[in-house]
Amino acid sequence: MQSIQHFIDIWPGNFALQLVYLLSSITFIIGLKRLSSPDSARKGNLLAAAGMGLAILGTIFLHRTPISADGSEGFRPIGNLVWIFGAIGLGTVVGWMMAMRVKMTAMPQMVSFFNGMGGACAALIGLIEYRGLAAHGGVADAGFLLIIYLGVWIGSVSFAGSMIAYGKLEERIKDFGGRSLQMVNLLFLAALIGAMVFGIARPEAVPALPWIVAAGSLLYGVLFVLPIGGADMPVVISLLNSFTGIAAALGGFLYNNQVMLTGGILVGSAGTILTILMCKAMNRSLLNVLIGSFGSKGGAAGATGEQVVKEISATDAAILCAYAQRVSIVPGYGLAVAQAQHTCHEFEKQLSEKGVEVTYAIHPVAGRMPGHMNVLLAEADVAYPKMLEMDDANPQMPNTDVVIVIGANDVVNPAAENDPSSPIYGMPIIHVDKSRNVIVMKRSMGKGYAGIENQLFFGKNTRMLFGDAKSSLEKLVSEVKAL
Amino acid sequence: MESIASFFLEHQNFIFLLVLAVFLGVEVIANVPAVLHTPLMSGANAIHGVVIIGSIIVMGHAEPGDYLSLGLGFLAVVLGTLNVVGGFVVTNRMLEMFRKKSR
Repeated sequence: MQSIQHFIDIWPGNFALQLVYLLSSITFIIGLKRLSSPDSARKGNLLAAAGMGLAILGTIFLHRTPISADGSEGFRPIGNLVWIFGAIGLGTVVGWMMAMRVKMTAMPQMVSFFNGMGGACAALIGLIEYRGLAAHGGVADAGFLLIIYLGVWIGSVSFAGSMIAYGKLEERIKDFGGRSLQMVNLLFLAALIGAMVFGIARPEAVPALPWIVAAGSLLYGVLFVLPIGGADMPVVISLLNSFTGIAAALGGFLYNNQVMLTGGILVGSAGTILTILMCKAMNRSLLNVLIGSFGSKGGAAGATGEQVVKEISATDAAILCAYAQRVSIVPGYGLAVAQAQHTCHEFEKQLSEKGVEVTYAIHPVAGRMPGHMNVLLAEADVAYPKMLEMDDANPQMPNTDVVIVIGANDVVNPAAENDPSSPIYGMPIIHVDKSRNVIVMKRSMGKGYAGIENQLFFGKNTRMLFGDAKSSLEKLVSEVKAL
Repeated sequence: MESIASFFLEHQNFIFLLVLAVFLGVEVIANVPAVLHTPLMSGANAIHGVVIIGSIIVMGHAEPGDYLSLGLGFLAVVLGTLNVVGGFVVTNRMLEMFRKKSR
């Protein structure tokens, strides 16, 4: 590998290519930086995209590969250009259409899907490189093999895991297994690592081992995500996102390619931090998300016999809201499922016209992904200043006349504060129970994603408005109009 | 042990770069508001699509008669492109909404 590097170094076009890679790396860093602030986020994304295009074009036209291992026969440019452009064309059209057609509510699974594509790409690169190595009877450098195995392993796990996460969010795949499956998984993982160590120590013993590791890693990825509850999928997607970043960075090692390394590692570390931030918002550790499962212990908690909930009619609810001074709306996944964001904004406007002060109180993990609700409401043109984060919304709760909880459950469950036996104990919540009136819009008395009872529904000042969030809101809009 | 040492020395610049990039990644997004978690994750997802560079290289030096490598390489480039294009377009769609209503 040293000699390869030497001959690439002396090729003049390499100077231009390295400059392109440097520029692209800078756009990735600045792009990510801008993505973390609302005003500059869009430009940051476009900047990173431009850098990516530059890196791709630079690679196609400027990259050189030595013909023989020692470079004595010169080097050749990127070949098979027809295939490459065909593949890029195909991927662009399909990727573009999928990304443009997906509904705002389905964004999280779309991200998961694209993440899986990147993981599969990284795994394939490792497998093809291994094949090339075997075909040339090349000496199997232990470091080279290590990178190939790691890339195949992480890429495959990321691909299979992302597809399962995608299926779960699409509600095509149910949670399966529990703690016991995770224990089996640990053994499986140990076996995979053992196989890789063996493959690096004795490369000749089993030539097909990387393919076996790839197959095993795919299976591991499936088994790893299957037992994790659907509500935790955002955390899993974020984690797998950083996995793919690491797999991409390994490709950087393979080809001495700086832009792959910087791009991959940036995402690897930023993704890990993001994962931890998400866990923190739920006051849980990553280990608890991955190994402990909500449902298994949640059944016993809070089951205190028969209790009665009070219902409210749409007419009464409309009157209550229209004559209030301050109304706060707490959206949750139910709003996304019912596609009710536009109706919700309509309702908010109607109330505002009546002189009611309406705000939204948004829990950091409401919906299926942090920020999910903000994106959704933004789609419906809800004004940015009306969306309050939890810490800003909570102090106002005692002065709020009506809180409308739309399809949210766990994020407003008081058990998180006052029931140490509850699985969500310790998670910060929106204190809707501190307000004067609470109206909960819900399809049925079903439990939230954590699978636990919610004492809020039985509270003194709580009333339930059963039905699909969208049709309930439509009724409220027409009732308020009629007043 | 010897091979680990030689691996480290051979790639020492990369390993330094790697460690620095880890810290940079942490710093760059440390202050992100919860509102932007989803777009940020999506944007980061698009950036790791840089793995497509590797698939272009592997495809570019595959032997023209080696159909298995060509086929797998083709697949890798398609998947990498999906990651890049889909990732950036989805992120842009999410962020467009933020822009519209901040006016």
